[in-house]
Amino acid sequence: MSTIAVFIERRGGAIKRAALEAITAARFHADRVIALELGSDVDGLLAAYGVHEVVSIEHALLERYSSQAVAEAIAQWAKSRQVATLFFGATAMGKELAPRVAVHLEAAYVPDCVELAASDGHLDAVRPLYAGKVRATVRPLTERAVYSLRPNMFTARPAEQPSTPEFSTFTPSLSQEQCRVVVTEIVRNEGKLDVLEADIVVSGGRGMKGPEHFVLIEELAAVLGGAVGASRAVVDAGWRPHSEQVGQTGKTVSPNLYLACGISGAVQHLAGMSSSKVIAAINKDKDAPIFKVADYGIVGDVFEVIPKLIERIRALKQSSAS
Amino acid sequence: MVVMTILTCISYVPDTAAKIGVTADGSGLELGGAKYILNPYDEFAIEEALLQRERHGGRVVALTVGSDAAKEILRTALAMGADSAAIIAATGLDSFGVAANIAAYANAINASLVLLGRQSIDHDSFQMASTVGALLGIPAISVVSKLDIEGDRVRAERDIEGGKEVLEATLPLVVSVQKGINNPRYPKLPEIMKAKSKPIESVEPVAVSPRAAMVRYQVPQLKRANKILGDSDADITEFVRLLHEEAKVI
Ligand SMILES: Cc1cc2nc3c(=O)[nH]c(=O)nc-3n(C[C@H](O)[C@H](O)[C@H](O)COP(=O)(O)OP(=O)(O)OC[C@H]3O[C@@H](n4cnc5c(N)ncnc54)[C@H](O)[C@@H]3O)c2cc1C
Ligand SMILES: Nc1ncnc2c1ncn2[C@@H]1O[C@H](COP(=O)(O)O)[C@@H](O)[C@H]1O
Repeated sequence: MSTIAVFIERRGGAIKRAALEAITAARFHADRVIALELGSDVDGLLAAYGVHEVVSIEHALLERYSSQAVAEAIAQWAKSRQVATLFFGATAMGKELAPRVAVHLEAAYVPDCVELAASDGHLDAVRPLYAGKVRATVRPLTERAVYSLRPNMFTARPAEQPSTPEFSTFTPSLSQEQCRVVVTEIVRNEGKLDVLEADIVVSGGRGMKGPEHFVLIEELAAVLGGAVGASRAVVDAGWRPHSEQVGQTGKTVSPNLYLACGISGAVQHLAGMSSSKVIAAINKDKDAPIFKVADYGIVGDVFEVIPKLIERIRALKQSSAS
Repeated sequence: MVVMTILTCISYVPDTAAKIGVTADGSGLELGGAKYILNPYDEFAIEEALLQRERHGGRVVALTVGSDAAKEILRTALAMGADSAAIIAATGLDSFGVAANIAAYANAINASLVLLGRQSIDHDSFQMASTVGALLGIPAISVVSKLDIEGDRVRAERDIEGGKEVLEATLPLVVSVQKGINNPRYPKLPEIMKAKSKPIESVEPVAVSPRAAMVRYQVPQLKRANKILGDSDADITEFVRLLHEEAKVI
């Protein structure tokens, strides 16, 4: 019987959607899905997502999060249960943990998967390379394999029938030497939705002409309930903070809607957003490369188009609310 | 106090503007005339190594694992100020193989700080720091935007979704760095000339079995609706309707 264990990442107590996506993907590829939790903070969500078993990893040394110790603990558990396949969300946390776990398990590590496909006994994964210009099908050559799944590429869907998971606790054997790195503080960007966590991202580029005009982008993002993103050109110019940069040297996002305003669509920008579900663009140049990858576009001036868009969308939201 | 040895690992990658194709049977890549460059993130890793050396003393060693042509980027690291450089000439390794070679070399020179870029822009795999750290049995912190070292105590900040994490660790440590941590220096002509005569050590690769193989490549098929409208009021109304009714994203 095939088993996949999924690491359950929580931030502020809530299970991250990337973990629910990984559980959903695991259900397709395994008969048994095991959720691996840090601590015993359990809620009904894991049952709704049909996991068969929930394992809480507990140890006094894990009170403060240490990627080094957690990876060691997960690997010890996987060995003790002979679990050969593990999924992580390719989040900041997952991307640090998964390769470490793989080393401890002498497993292949397959990063940033956007598709999974079983083929003659292997679980192959597709992942983008070279800024998304090509995709490779990666096959683990080892008995065990660890995958990280790019957020928002797999749908998170509750199981048809909720499960009644078995619960157990696993206590790894850890020493202080294995906790030489700890997280001491998490500083949230207050009051701002992050491009990595938003369903809608509205980004502005050099076509916005100056930092003062980003109020238009902010207002459009606000009516859509989305986050503000930026091209590197405007981040380098100091118009917007680095945390908003989308692209190869910024963040890789896959929102449901990516709306690019005054962005040309350079390949390095596309690298960070081309896996978005829907791409829309406003640009005054009809030949701008962004239109080649766009689902919907307006050829026009951002300063004329955005205010009208805000007005129309606001009206739409009001009519659907009433 | 023992002298701190800082190892900075750099990779030689096709320029992001390069055209990358796939062979007709999908079994390989066509990198044809691609221009190769120093991985842009690794400039930050070199600079950070130099800055830490300025603060704490020690020596900076630059390492690349790859083809002989990658010597070019070691010259850049030397011109920027690295004390010495080494190449492990091995091609066709998977990421694990590269990590195993980096770890073996870090061990051999007894590095107390291994600095890397946050990602190599060819495979964008974000894994090297963690993999090397695990192989060395030491901690790793990735995507670091601030690094303070005091004796053997380290305080770092790293970017996470919606904010940042502050971490504490002790040396020896592996760190991958993010743009913004520093401003890489541009070597001046005399330094570039001087770097040309500095020796580059060739290190025998360690043989490791690959753990993953790329079995097939494809050029992603764009399935985009590609409805491009004008800017009339009617077009803007239609644009909103399409997003709402057809795409159902707003
Ligand atoms: C190694 C490397 C890494 C990089 N990483 C990134 C990255 O992570 N992210 C990133 O974004 N870039 C990155 N770049 C930079 C990238 O190559 C482009 O330079 C950058 O994306 C351009 O930003 P832009 O589209 O805002 O500006 P431009 O290319 O100048 O485009 C501005 C666009 O606005 C349009 N415009 C102007 N005025 C108006 C108006 N009034 N109304 C409507 N449209 C208007 C123009 O037609 C044009 O298409 C990287 C480059 C390199 C070499
Ligand atoms: N072949 C290589 N030789 C030396 N360092 C490398 C090599 N490949 C990757 N690195 C380092 O590892 C970092 C992260 O790469 P990756 O995890 O492959 O995206 C890079 O920024 C480099 O610092």
